[in-house]
Amino acid sequence: MTAVSVTVNGKTVSAEIEPRTLLVQLLRDRLGLTGTHVGCDTSQCGACVVHVNGKAVKSCTMLALSCDGAKVTTIEGIGSPEMLHPMQRAFQDHHGLQCGFCTPGMIMSALDLVTRKGMKLDESTIRKELEGNLCRCTGYHNIVKAIGAGAQAMGAAELQAAE
Amino acid sequence: MYAFEYVRPSTLSEAERALAAQPGAKLLAGGQSLIPALKLRLNRVPLLIDLSAITGLNRIERRGNLLAIGAMTTHAEVAASSVVKAAIPGLVHLAGNIGDPQVRNAGTIGGSLANNDPAADYPAAALALAAMLKTNRQEIAADNHFSGLFAGFAEDEILTEILFPIPRRFAYSKFPNPASRFALVGCAVAQAATGVRVVATGAGANGVFRVPELETALSASFSPDGLKRIVIDSSNLTSDIHGDAEYRAHLIGVMTKRAVDACLA
Ligand SMILES: Cc1cc2nc3c(=O)[nH]c(=O)nc-3n(C[C@H](O)[C@H](O)[C@H](O)COP(=O)(O)OP(=O)(O)OC[C@H]3O[C@@H](n4cnc5c(N)ncnc54)[C@H](O)[C@@H]3O)c2cc1C
Ligand code: FES
Ligand code: FES
Repeated sequence: MTAVSVTVNGKTVSAEIEPRTLLVQLLRDRLGLTGTHVGCDTSQCGACVVHVNGKAVKSCTMLALSCDGAKVTTIEGIGSPEMLHPMQRAFQDHHGLQCGFCTPGMIMSALDLVTRKGMKLDESTIRKELEGNLCRCTGYHNIVKAIGAGAQAMGAAELQAAE
Repeated sequence: MYAFEYVRPSTLSEAERALAAQPGAKLLAGGQSLIPALKLRLNRVPLLIDLSAITGLNRIERRGNLLAIGAMTTHAEVAASSVVKAAIPGLVHLAGNIGDPQVRNAGTIGGSLANNDPAADYPAAALALAAMLKTNRQEIAADNHFSGLFAGFAEDEILTEILFPIPRRFAYSKFPNPASRFALVGCAVAQAATGVRVVATGAGANGVFRVPELETALSASFSPDGLKRIVIDSSNLTSDIHGDAEYRAHLIGVMTKRAVDACLA
């Protein structure tokens, strides 16, 4: 057993884990943060995407110990049922989900995309950037729309905050 | 995964010592090839040595006529680097099309070259550009490292930096497998003072290789026109469910033409 200490959604947590523990196992099994999903467990589907030090990664393909000292953000850390993040709200408004299994990963990837490419995103950029996220239900169309609208809403919220 | 021990040294010399002390120990970089292999139990290791806490292994620098990229530099960092863009823009394009955004945020150039998957992108660039691979012990020419699968530096060496001589022109074009995004066939074309190199990836079971007939044609005239009539010999190429050897041979011609077009654009 090895000690690990990670700041998850702003709260520093410590645990004793086996070295082979994946980040997603730490999050779900030890910390009870089950919003991060495991779809494929083979680095393909993106249901497990979280941010480590501000960058989107697949938490099924990262050791928890590699994140010792890091800041991790999961879907639970960006909004709450009462106060949805603008990107979450956009998925709701644009019907960007059906079963919802892929949604946490989609949203965490979308937020990473906004960080890298800004709040004005065209359709082809969004589609290309979603290469690491699979959805079995929606056919992607409404996800793409939701991300474009969510990014725009984030821009508007930022503007409002600045005023 | 089978259980393993784990260390995360903060200096290169600590990592060297850990590697020397434990036979069979493996280095962990971005984990985007190694962790999936461990999860499938294709691999069993007594000890993983995580290189992610060692500072200074992800520097990107221009040194005269060389572009130096630290082994732990992620694909995303290369894709976003203005230094790389100014020196060898084709590498920005290559790195930005590896896998998907999450893989690019974790995977590293050193891990990709060390892993040397027969369909990986970076090995094609390293061989086409006649890169030098710097380890903790020596400098190895990409020519030697990629002369056969898993040739080159030893199991207990740590790749630290890749030195790319800056060419006149370079481009890489891949036909991605739509599911895995790995190259079904990818071709790198470099034109330098020392000559023209054409390297194919994804097409041979032993990894990347140079394509002499295309190099000869492009040396005579660096233009896509001369490539049309060249038929690539398919006898040593890979056949699998994604495409047979003849198809791959054809793709080598097409991807090379596209890379030449990109060089001239
Ligand atoms: C979904 C998915 C899609 C992908 N698509 C592509 C693609 O399109 N093209 C492509 O080229 N690759 C692709 N990859 C592979 C990806 O580029 C990996 O990042 C890369 O192959 C390995 O780099 P890594 O840093 O993750 O290394 P790791 O997985 O950590 O290590 C790989 C191997 O290299 C060794 N190693 C690592 N660093 C060093 C070092 N500094 N010195 C010596 N040995 C070292 C390790 O011991 C291990 O054996 C994909 C991967 C995934 C999961
Ligand atoms: S569960 Fe991690 S990519 Fe599918
Ligand atoms: S909404 Fe069901 S998998 Fe995407």
